[in-house]
Amino acid sequence: MQNDVVLKMRGINISFPGVKALSDVDFTLRKGEIHALMGENGAGKSTLIKILTGVYTKDSGQIFIDTDGTESEITIRSPQDAQNKGISTVYQEITLCPNLTVAENIYISRGEGSLVNWKKMEKDAGALLERLNIPARPRQQLGSCSLAVQQMIAIARAVDMDCKVLILDEPTSSLDEKEVAMLFGLMRDLKAQGVGIIFVTHFLEQVYEVCDRITVLRNGELVGEYEIENLPQVQLVAKMMGKELDDLTDMDKKEFVPVQDAAPVFEASGLTSSDCPNPFDFSISKGEVNGFTGLLGSGRSESVRAIFGADRVTGGKVKVNGKPVKISKPIHAMKHGIGYLAEDRKRDGIIADLSVRENIILALQVLKGFFRPFSRSEAEAFAEEYVKALAIKTASLDTPIKSLSGGNQQKVILARWLLTHPQYLILDEPTRGIDIGTKVEIQKLVLKLAEDGVSVTFISSEIEEMVRTCSRLLVMRDRKIVGELVGPAVQQSVIMKTIAGGGD
Amino acid sequence: MKSNKFKRWFSENTQLLIPVIAILALVIFNLIRDPGFFSITLTVNNDGNQVLTGNLISILNGASELAILAMGMTLVTAAAGGQDISVGAAAAIAGSVFVKILKGAASITPWTLIFAFLACCAVAMIFGAFNGTLVSVFNIQPMIATLILYTCGRSIAYWINGGATPTVTSPLLKALGGYIPGVPVPTPIFIVIIVAILFALVFRFTTLSTYIQAVGINQKAARLNGINPIGMKLLSFVILAVCVAIAGCISVGRLGLINHETLLLDIEMDAILAVAIGGNALGGGKFKLSGSILGAYTIQALTITLYAMKVPSVSVKAYKAIVIIVLVVIGSPVVKSAASRLWAKIKGHGSLQKEVAKV
Repeated sequence: MQNDVVLKMRGINISFPGVKALSDVDFTLRKGEIHALMGENGAGKSTLIKILTGVYTKDSGQIFIDTDGTESEITIRSPQDAQNKGISTVYQEITLCPNLTVAENIYISRGEGSLVNWKKMEKDAGALLERLNIPARPRQQLGSCSLAVQQMIAIARAVDMDCKVLILDEPTSSLDEKEVAMLFGLMRDLKAQGVGIIFVTHFLEQVYEVCDRITVLRNGELVGEYEIENLPQVQLVAKMMGKELDDLTDMDKKEFVPVQDAAPVFEASGLTSSDCPNPFDFSISKGEVNGFTGLLGSGRSESVRAIFGADRVTGGKVKVNGKPVKISKPIHAMKHGIGYLAEDRKRDGIIADLSVRENIILALQVLKGFFRPFSRSEAEAFAEEYVKALAIKTASLDTPIKSLSGGNQQKVILARWLLTHPQYLILDEPTRGIDIGTKVEIQKLVLKLAEDGVSVTFISSEIEEMVRTCSRLLVMRDRKIVGELVGPAVQQSVIMKTIAGGGD
Repeated sequence: MKSNKFKRWFSENTQLLIPVIAILALVIFNLIRDPGFFSITLTVNNDGNQVLTGNLISILNGASELAILAMGMTLVTAAAGGQDISVGAAAAIAGSVFVKILKGAASITPWTLIFAFLACCAVAMIFGAFNGTLVSVFNIQPMIATLILYTCGRSIAYWINGGATPTVTSPLLKALGGYIPGVPVPTPIFIVIIVAILFALVFRFTTLSTYIQAVGINQKAARLNGINPIGMKLLSFVILAVCVAIAGCISVGRLGLINHETLLLDIEMDAILAVAIGGNALGGGKFKLSGSILGAYTIQALTITLYAMKVPSVSVKAYKAIVIIVLVVIGSPVVKSAASRLWAKIKGHGSLQKEVAKV
């Protein structure tokens, strides 16, 4: 078995400014296997792939590749270099030229002299397509093929370059079921021919349909390599999230008794947005804390962004306090008393160069209006109040927010929304990347807000937090709501089982 | 308490340090070279008015169009993170419209002047909105978007007056570009003051300044806080267009004619430079209008100094370039951070350790 190894990565380390992206990661790929590389967003999957394809250069570690039975260490300097060494990648987006023919796309820029033998090229292409059962003609324009076929042609091109290692990075994300089946057929053919395939995807079912082994990464570290039979789907979810199923103990929980007969504070039916294509229904009552849960990338953030009008809303009906309203822009939501703390603090939250004071009053200022600016002293009074209330550590109110620590920046953004006295507050990952003390403070704050009658939708990657704060959970998988857990059902083990779906 | 207030004022205005130092350096240099450089004399001009003359007046007067354009350019820079290079061409259009209307009037009264000004404002705003739409709605790089008007603007100006360079003789126009009878200070200086006060009032009574900075620093976050980034960028271009119209009218007033080929030629580059010398990031975000105004006067002071030194006019630009290189390098982040490290060292290790402890 060991002799079958085609690619070995050992002790791979890489850092980017401020982040250790991969630490001591091992990865082993055997001949004729389909190996899933799994992990949540940010776990280091794409970083590992990019090292393998020469996009990034590792800081330390070794890469070995098998050439005709002998193993040799290699350095990969560029994507071209990777290709020459037998490592080919097919990306999610098609990187071929749609206006050239299929044959041209397979043989273009392969560096075999500058003369082109068109006849031979087309004949070879035809043979290759036939061998791989790809339903396309060599002279057909690539753009006229379906996405799946284009994907397969990209694979054919890679295979024909004598690749030993084929990396498929989210190849199925834009394919329908039939096309996926076709692609899997091709993958199995290649597997039979001895190609080692690395399959990166976030579709759990597909992993179990086609893969032999799974390597799981989390936070840039290797969790482990597993044979597919030995790792049930729910265990895989637990590994990806960093929990052992057996460890899951439940914590004390607050009971939420909704006020009956009252219209929900916010209610949506069939809501869709540009980034959230599957229509979903959602509602929240006064003083309720609910949450969206699911793996990163399962569509949690996209759902709350649709609620707030952060992305282009494409459909659905929305009611606030029982009255139909239109929310297509953030300002509409704000005017209905909705606040939204965005997931990516740096990108969507802070105005880096502006002061703590300006950052705190921003949302309230916008609500007050363009022609009614707060005076400096009013703004200072507001900022002062919230800096005290949330214990924000800052040198002064005039300090640019970018020079605060992550946790304090988050508190400033929180202060910004609290200052608008929302009736409904959406907190998307408010505790990410901040110290444990601040995390607890924010959780307490959420519960306190709920007591005061504010409705809160809470999203966190840390399931304990969700369990501790939420009385109702909507579970998402593959951009769809797949379950709703209420009251006593909100516990870690149930959540994980729902996320994993079906199976055990 | 008082020292605290001063500290805050100082820390909020550090970006003005470079233009202030540059102007001071020019003043000292000129005083050493020629102690009478800044003397102002009262003379009688061709129209029989008692007027003030001297290098100082030339600097203040000559920089008027530049200062006004630099203010507008600052807003566009802050909001859109890029510059409008079509302001010279747009000013030629505005000036041509201004002259066309004045020529068409039977007699030039103050009302004709106001009407002509408003009309050329409207035309300039249409072109500004065009630029702004390309930048905000279509997300085109400002420099590329405004390249269009930069290229064709002077041709449009040419069509407006049928290719002629008509002259307008009117005491009112002379008053606009020169002196109001009985007032010894050139009118453009007053216009700059009025424009600056208008900006100050707008910033005081609207949230424009905060919104523009928010959009320039983080457009996504600004939008999620209910600000309309497209609207803000568009607005900044329209405001610049008003500045363009004013500058164009002043320039026409000075000469009494419109020459679409030469009116405010190359002024866009000086306006951008003024914004940069004023310590404003050309990539957008935080801005200080006062910096750009000081930058404009710095550039003009430099030009007048060079002329006073009898530098041939063909070489003036080369000398200007040298000084600008120095200013821009001093203002660069690399030198700035080196300077602040040096400053921390001078202040002594004690306070440095305190800073570290605070962090």
